[in-house]
Amino acid sequence: MDPLALTLIELGAVVFCLGLLARLAGRIGMSPIPLYLLGGLAFGAGGIIKLEGMHEFAHLSGEIGVILLLLMLGLEYTAAELFTGLRRSWQAGVLDLILNFLPGAGLALLLGWGGVGAMVMGGVTYISSSGIAAKVITDLGRLGNRETPVVLSILVFEDLAMAVYLPILTALLAGVSFLGGLTTVGVALAVVSLVLMVALRHGHRVSKAVHSENSEVFLLNVLGAALLVAGLASAMQVSAAVGAFMLGIAISGATAHNATRILEPLRDLFAAIFFVAFGLNTDPSSIPPVLGWALVLALITAVTKMATGIWAAKRAGIARPGRFRAGATLIARGEFSIVIAGLALASGAIPDELAALATAYVLIMAVMGPLAARYVEPLVKSVLPPAGIAAKA
Amino acid sequence: MNVDETDLPGLGRRKDFMTASGRRIGVVELREGQTELIVSTWDDPDTCQASIPLTGDEAATLGNLLGGQHLAMKLTEEHKNVPGIVTRQFSIAPDSPFQNQPMGKACIRTRCGVSIVAIMREGEVLPSPGPDVVLHTGDLLVAVGTQEGLDSAADILRHG
Repeated sequence: MDPLALTLIELGAVVFCLGLLARLAGRIGMSPIPLYLLGGLAFGAGGIIKLEGMHEFAHLSGEIGVILLLLMLGLEYTAAELFTGLRRSWQAGVLDLILNFLPGAGLALLLGWGGVGAMVMGGVTYISSSGIAAKVITDLGRLGNRETPVVLSILVFEDLAMAVYLPILTALLAGVSFLGGLTTVGVALAVVSLVLMVALRHGHRVSKAVHSENSEVFLLNVLGAALLVAGLASAMQVSAAVGAFMLGIAISGATAHNATRILEPLRDLFAAIFFVAFGLNTDPSSIPPVLGWALVLALITAVTKMATGIWAAKRAGIARPGRFRAGATLIARGEFSIVIAGLALASGAIPDELAALATAYVLIMAVMGPLAARYVEPLVKSVLPPAGIAAKA
Repeated sequence: MNVDETDLPGLGRRKDFMTASGRRIGVVELREGQTELIVSTWDDPDTCQASIPLTGDEAATLGNLLGGQHLAMKLTEEHKNVPGIVTRQFSIAPDSPFQNQPMGKACIRTRCGVSIVAIMREGEVLPSPGPDVVLHTGDLLVAVGTQEGLDSAADILRHG
């Protein structure tokens, strides 16, 4: 068959299947991410059907998916919100980092994947899925709850931590020396602080530069700027994703809101292809051997996230049920864990088992997180009867 | 009354306060422009019993109902010592002959001796409105007068 025809047919079939999976996820009220990953596993190397034609397209689309994911994450927050979040929650944020980075990093060292592997797995287990958490909060009607700002500020801290972490990871994966690594970290920190300062003072100018009343022009402006900044950041070895994230932060106000609206369908498409592409590159037969470790890691990091949330909510003066709700909302890992594992996989600097472990881990956490958030309260109430209420009254 | 304002990074802003009965009540203003009315449960002020999405119109109407009540209560309190004087609220229905007309056209004071002391509109109070204030559907008129005067004023506002 003509290669173009083959690519189109494969791509069409995959995107169509993703639509079905997304609908199924919506029906049973779960995040579609684990289903996309499973879809990728089924179609990739060693899967049920092997799709060769769309590999190149899937790879580039996946990269664009990551850029859009991070751009939209940046658009979500204004620089002012980031600063308040940082001031309000840095202690909880640091605790979060220590408690949740170490289990992943420790396991990687235990399995002999070295320092780079530890850095990757630490990132995978550290970062909660802000997408899943926001959806859980909205779906369960917890917008007005007192623990919600606590949860959100921890997520803000994590996202800022990503902005520093990703450039370091990129440098390590590229095999830069220790001194070179330090320079990259220095550059990354400087760039992040500079962009935050610029965004705080001159955010409206950046917004004005990309703004347009015509939605077509606006879309092309924003997307073009994002790819350009991401490409430049990548050329400077600061990680393409972080460039897009910083651009998102610099765009503010009504422009940010419009950009979110206009980019959302694109993000959904390319991010879905990114998750599939990640699954495509993972051999399903490599998952069962690491499944045990994935479960152990899932259990440990569910407990550590829970502890983070409980500690942070307690400090904010939240009563016992709210503390558990805060902890459980943070458990879900998702898109950004896969972004980190994807970066690592693409560089070829890590063993294939790591990608398999990350896949299995995210599959478990993306399903378990929302369930934990929903059922933690009745569970806590039945295990620890009225004590919580009595202590408060 | 102390209203607490809390940022919800990435989602919006929460504004709420604690009632004397120990319930937290307020609104969440979402980034996309929707408003949610929130009411805490009685046993755990951290959580919400209800989180009700309101359209702009609904939020304004609720604001009118509550604000009007407050105003009427205050007026009733003030007129307590004057026997025979009552406070009442009228809303302008979509089929009222006076919607989009200046209030003076209804000649309520001349015809029934009733004073319109305030208009509640979209949660805001227009105190002592003049005869040239244009009435809109959903406005809540706070009126003071005798029982009979108010009855006939209601009739005028409804049927002209």
